[in-house]
Amino acid sequence: MASSTLEIKDLHVEIEGQEILKGVNLTIKGGEFHAVMGPNGTGKSTLASAIMGHPKYEVTKGEILLDGEDVLEMEVDERAQAGLFLAMQYPSEISGVTTSDFLRSSINAHREEGDEISLMKFIKEMDEAMDYLEMDKNMAQRYLNEGFSGGEKKRNEILQLMMLKPAIGILDEIDSGLDIDALKVVSKGINKLRDESFGCLIITHYQRLLDYITPDKVHVMMEGRVVKSGGPELAQRLEAEGYDWIKQELGIEDETVGQKA
Amino acid sequence: MTVETKLPYDQDYVRSFSENRKEPEWMKELRLQALDLAEGLEMPKPDKTSIKRWKFDDYKHDVAGESINSLNDLPEDIQVFLDMEDQNENLVIQRNQSVAYKSLASGLEEKGVILTDIQTALQEHSDLVRRYYMKDAVQIDEHKLTALHTALMNGGVFVYVPTNVQIEEPLQAIFWQEAPEAATFNHVIVVAEANSSLTYVENYISQNKEEHAVANIVAEVIAHDNANINFGSVDNFAAGTTVYVNRRGVAYRDARIEWNLGQMNDGNTVSENITHLIGDNSYSYAKTVSVGRGDQSQNYTAKIVHFGKQSEGFILQHGVMKDSASSIFNGIGKIEHGATKANAEQESRVLMLSRDARGDANPILLIDEDDVTAGHAASVGRVDPVQLYYLMSRGISQQEAERLIIHGFLAPVVKEIPIDAVREQLTEVIERKVY
Repeated sequence: MASSTLEIKDLHVEIEGQEILKGVNLTIKGGEFHAVMGPNGTGKSTLASAIMGHPKYEVTKGEILLDGEDVLEMEVDERAQAGLFLAMQYPSEISGVTTSDFLRSSINAHREEGDEISLMKFIKEMDEAMDYLEMDKNMAQRYLNEGFSGGEKKRNEILQLMMLKPAIGILDEIDSGLDIDALKVVSKGINKLRDESFGCLIITHYQRLLDYITPDKVHVMMEGRVVKSGGPELAQRLEAEGYDWIKQELGIEDETVGQKA
Repeated sequence: MTVETKLPYDQDYVRSFSENRKEPEWMKELRLQALDLAEGLEMPKPDKTSIKRWKFDDYKHDVAGESINSLNDLPEDIQVFLDMEDQNENLVIQRNQSVAYKSLASGLEEKGVILTDIQTALQEHSDLVRRYYMKDAVQIDEHKLTALHTALMNGGVFVYVPTNVQIEEPLQAIFWQEAPEAATFNHVIVVAEANSSLTYVENYISQNKEEHAVANIVAEVIAHDNANINFGSVDNFAAGTTVYVNRRGVAYRDARIEWNLGQMNDGNTVSENITHLIGDNSYSYAKTVSVGRGDQSQNYTAKIVHFGKQSEGFILQHGVMKDSASSIFNGIGKIEHGATKANAEQESRVLMLSRDARGDANPILLIDEDDVTAGHAASVGRVDPVQLYYLMSRGISQQEAERLIIHGFLAPVVKEIPIDAVREQLTEVIERKVY
């Protein structure tokens, strides 16, 4: 697969009438891993949700383009089919729908009618991915995310990422609530996808995850904007010194925006 | 005040109907007595649904159906309810008001198991039927429809499992209303003697979209001490049939009755499912799912009454409403004085798919004893937009995402139906009704 480019230009987003994003600019190309960092409540998760098209978030200004195509004109399912994937911070629980049935429907949604994945091939691929993520096979027959622990939900998100192989993956706080062993496994899954055809946007407020997934670029968000960008060394400095030096440098008193995003 | 209503069938008719069916004398007398009562009794009054204008009096009462030699003679749309590769050894098919096909595994027959149509049961097991018919579960004089049912009963099955007999394979009944105006006054009796167990699955099928018919059904399900009954059904009467269905269970000491009811009628329906937990440590789990569409009106009551100590009752009702369908879901847990340590739990949820649909969940707990536990949950709402977003974010279309959520919502009953073919049919019926 050729590599894709996701361009975010001057993005402004509101939730329930309150502006959260105030002009975000970001470009992610296939093969690149970008980390978006920042304290809580600075708009990081809003950025992820707005890209995917969460119903509560309203884009009031700006553009999102995937290989030049207007993402904001697309329905949520069309965005996924165009190559976007969001590993969510709080995945929904869907009673009565098994994880396996859901995964198969998702894979088939990316294929032409009449070209559905065979059951054998599907089970083989799912088993391999579950082994890789050290997941309990029973999870495939359990209802989607229902009664899953925090760690199981995160693994399940990465399982979907591995099986759907999107052009651009967005990971929203995939490390929150994970112990160190789970964090290593999840990182292993993400790193497996690393190649020229896959671009990744990693949202986190801990440097911890970036010990296992090395980003090419690091961006810091405050007040609903990207206020600083750099290489992996920026993440290390944030780990050592926290965010205060950036606030001082830019003269920011309160870095948060609107309600906690 | 009693309402004076002229009944469409009189004493002479009922007498000769009973005689033609070669019924025992007690049955004829019971019918005539019930007909007398019916004149003076009022119609049932389901909570929050008016049935005054429902056409409960427009039907053909006596419609025979031809028997078949082999299951292969059945039309495709009936065959689909059978696991055709299997033997189908334990099966009764009723066509209109006649038995079309009947089979019981010889091993079960030797153990004293009875699975037969009600007419044959009245001739061959008269005392046994009499012991249970409108006695411990349903009363003749509850209202006009129970009395009319008794007077005009014209079909049904009798299932009897003797003490200590455990039946693994399901017993199946198919009620195929082939003639569009044929009335279904079915009476089903399922008796499990002490320490026995059985699974019974019934299907009602009709195709009368335009022609009018009536179903007035009573099922009496009796689980004696330590017996175990699993009762499944898929009701699929077409829009022309007005339905009253009363399924009632009685559970004695340590007995268990599980209900899995797929309520898929297209016409106006009143459905009562009531279980009396008489014995100590008895148990019932009543699960129902329904889909309403068009302009049909439906009233469902799921009720469990606790008499026995430590009795446990669980109710789960899930309904999907579309178009301008309207449905009331009454969930009633009643704990009588003396039923210490009883536990009554219920959950009723209604999913609305259109603005004009109406759905109402009424959770009711009536508790007359201190030392008990009880709980209820009820909700009426639309498909959760955040769930839709999650599914669609994986590339699944909105329609397919809704379909997954709805099937998931109705899964509690669907997955419990023990016959593969019936389960698949229920899934298909849901599919047809929802889209």
